Amino acid sequence: MSDKKVEEQRFPAPLRGQLLFAGVFLILSVVLLSQLGEQTKWVNKTNFAAQPRFWPMIGLILMVGGTALHIWKLPRRRFYAADWIEARKWLFVVEYALWFFAYVVVVPIIGYLFATILFMPSLVYRMGYRKKSILMWSVVFGIGTVVLFKSLLSVKIPGGLIYEYLPGALRSFFILNF
Amino acid sequence: MDLLLSAIDVLMRWDVLLALTVGSVGGVLIGAIPGVGPAVAIAILLPATFSMDPIVGLTVLLGIYGSSMYGGAIPAILINTPGTAVNALTTYDGYPMTARGEARRALSLAYSASFFGGILSIICLILFAPVLAKVAPLFGSREIFLAALLGIILVIIVHRGQTLIAAALVGFGIFINTIGLEPVKYSKRYTFDQAFLSSGINLIVVVLGLFAISQAFYLLQSDDEKIRLTKLRGGLFQGLRELFRHPRVATVSGGFGVLMGMIPGVGEFTAQFLGYSYAQRTSKRPEDFGRGSSEGLIASETANNAVPAAAMVPLLALGIPGEALTAMMLSVFYVHNVVPGPQLFQNQMDFVVALYIALLILNVMVLIFLLFATNSIIKLIKIPNRFLGACILALSFVGVYSLRNSMSDCVIAAAFGVFGFILKRLELPVIPIILGMVLGNIMEVKLRAGMARVKTPFDFIDRPVAMILFLMIIAVLILHFHRVLKDRKELKEAKWSNKHASTSFGKFLSNRKDYLSTERGKAVRAKRLTSFPPSTDKR
Repeated sequence: MSDKKVEEQRFPAPLRGQLLFAGVFLILSVVLLSQLGEQTKWVNKTNFAAQPRFWPMIGLILMVGGTALHIWKLPRRRFYAADWIEARKWLFVVEYALWFFAYVVVVPIIGYLFATILFMPSLVYRMGYRKKSILMWSVVFGIGTVVLFKSLLSVKIPGGLIYEYLPGALRSFFILNF
Repeated sequence: MDLLLSAIDVLMRWDVLLALTVGSVGGVLIGAIPGVGPAVAIAILLPATFSMDPIVGLTVLLGIYGSSMYGGAIPAILINTPGTAVNALTTYDGYPMTARGEARRALSLAYSASFFGGILSIICLILFAPVLAKVAPLFGSREIFLAALLGIILVIIVHRGQTLIAAALVGFGIFINTIGLEPVKYSKRYTFDQAFLSSGINLIVVVLGLFAISQAFYLLQSDDEKIRLTKLRGGLFQGLRELFRHPRVATVSGGFGVLMGMIPGVGEFTAQFLGYSYAQRTSKRPEDFGRGSSEGLIASETANNAVPAAAMVPLLALGIPGEALTAMMLSVFYVHNVVPGPQLFQNQMDFVVALYIALLILNVMVLIFLLFATNSIIKLIKIPNRFLGACILALSFVGVYSLRNSMSDCVIAAAFGVFGFILKRLELPVIPIILGMVLGNIMEVKLRAGMARVKTPFDFIDRPVAMILFLMIIAVLILHFHRVLKDRKELKEAKWSNKHASTSFGKFLSNRKDYLSTERGKAVRAKRLTSFPPSTDKR
């Protein structure tokens, strides 16, 4: 067994994607560190430790130093096909982030209750569930969530724009509870 | 006695009792579903608790924290999948017991051990509270800064094999905490002239992104597993009897839990590891460990359940959270202008004792609930992963959006969700980011205050507690570098041991065999070509 293989076996995490992640993180850290003078101020007649620049500098030095050393200590410092396959998996997740954005955008328009009733079964359907029972459960879960958080715990979620078209008492009831 | 009565008085309210019930039952259910865990639940519920009284909000969150590990033992024992990360060691001995038809015994033993660990730590801390009340005022700005620094160092070095990237992630946490308006000089830091960055990046938004949304993404991308559940037979009370046959293992493991819980940045994993190693080393049958040993199960469950109460000590006494869950709870204190720290112990001791009594009652409630409801709870294990992911994503929205009704918060949370997902895929730790944010903020404030009266560097550590903390930091660093050197030596030995004469000869033979096979193949193909030449006729 080669020396590299022993190191790879002892590495406590999967190696696929490690170099890519650490590389991108290092580049971003270096870019941010290069902006230290631009994005923070040096105040005259102030202790070094009390400077507004001091703590961002500590954070960024740790980021740059820690990541650079991490890359240096990686048992594999070349890109393999597995790294790109892993990167594709990271990209696929953006779809779910878009689902989340869509939900966030729709809530102030059609209201929390209808947005959740729409969001839950749609996402569940997209995930490949076709059984009526599971789609029903997703709707029940959506209604339950809205009732628990908005109606009972009164968390701050604004009423939907469409509630404005409801008649008087029903309008305020919907704005307050759903 | 007066203190105890006033603490009970704090708890004697219908909303506190309701919070206790919801927290304990909810925590068990959340723990029993693999893939959710207390961090996700607490992150989601955090904004909802801001509108409650501090004692009510904290009771719900403490309830989830304290009882989720009870629930987490159920899938760990029945299907070899830990419900919460800290139940991973429970699978070692819990699942083999299920495999040989002793699931009920394993569950009963896990509940009893968890109960013992929880109660032991609370009793220790109630007895220890007067001492803490005397020690806490000795902590000034410098001491709190040094304690936070010790916490940061510990959280980096406990990630063995990943200390460098853990340091980078702590740095990332410290950095994102500084974004926005600097509170003393009012100068902008890393806002890039963007209005949404001027108010900074909210801790809860980051917590929700890294814990809840990333977990939702992870579940949405995973496959559903077919789960077969074993039928439970026998009584659930037998575990209590069996626990009393191993009082030494239970007490020592619980002790480790209390000690490790109090040290910032260490937590359940180290406590479990120490408890389990101790139990194995002192057992009459060490060969049974990992194959369904009751002592192993007791050690791991007692140690991890002794941590939550102990983890509240640095939070309440010094205002320093030792891990992610207590870091989240810190924000509940801040929202209600209750500043945890030495002043809390001096002025609101009844509040502190009330929290401990709430934890005590909670443990009793959870045990009773589990003894009667286990058969129903195990059905939760069957919830499909991707369905669960969709539910967590919908719940995460409540957490993020209800904070400030801000779209940019949602974008930031989703970005941290993707980042947390990548970290999960790479098995890199998330906790250093959260602790970097929280402890970074504490260090910034306390260092500024502490440096005001310091003329020479030695003045910083001229008080006894500061000196002790400084020596602890030095000792921890020395021990860490000693371990790094030892690991390097072991790695070198491993490399050498793979190159001894017999393996070299074996490799030579293997190469020779490959070469001969290749040559033989070539000869056979050449012979076939001469006997049956390929046709060149066009058809």
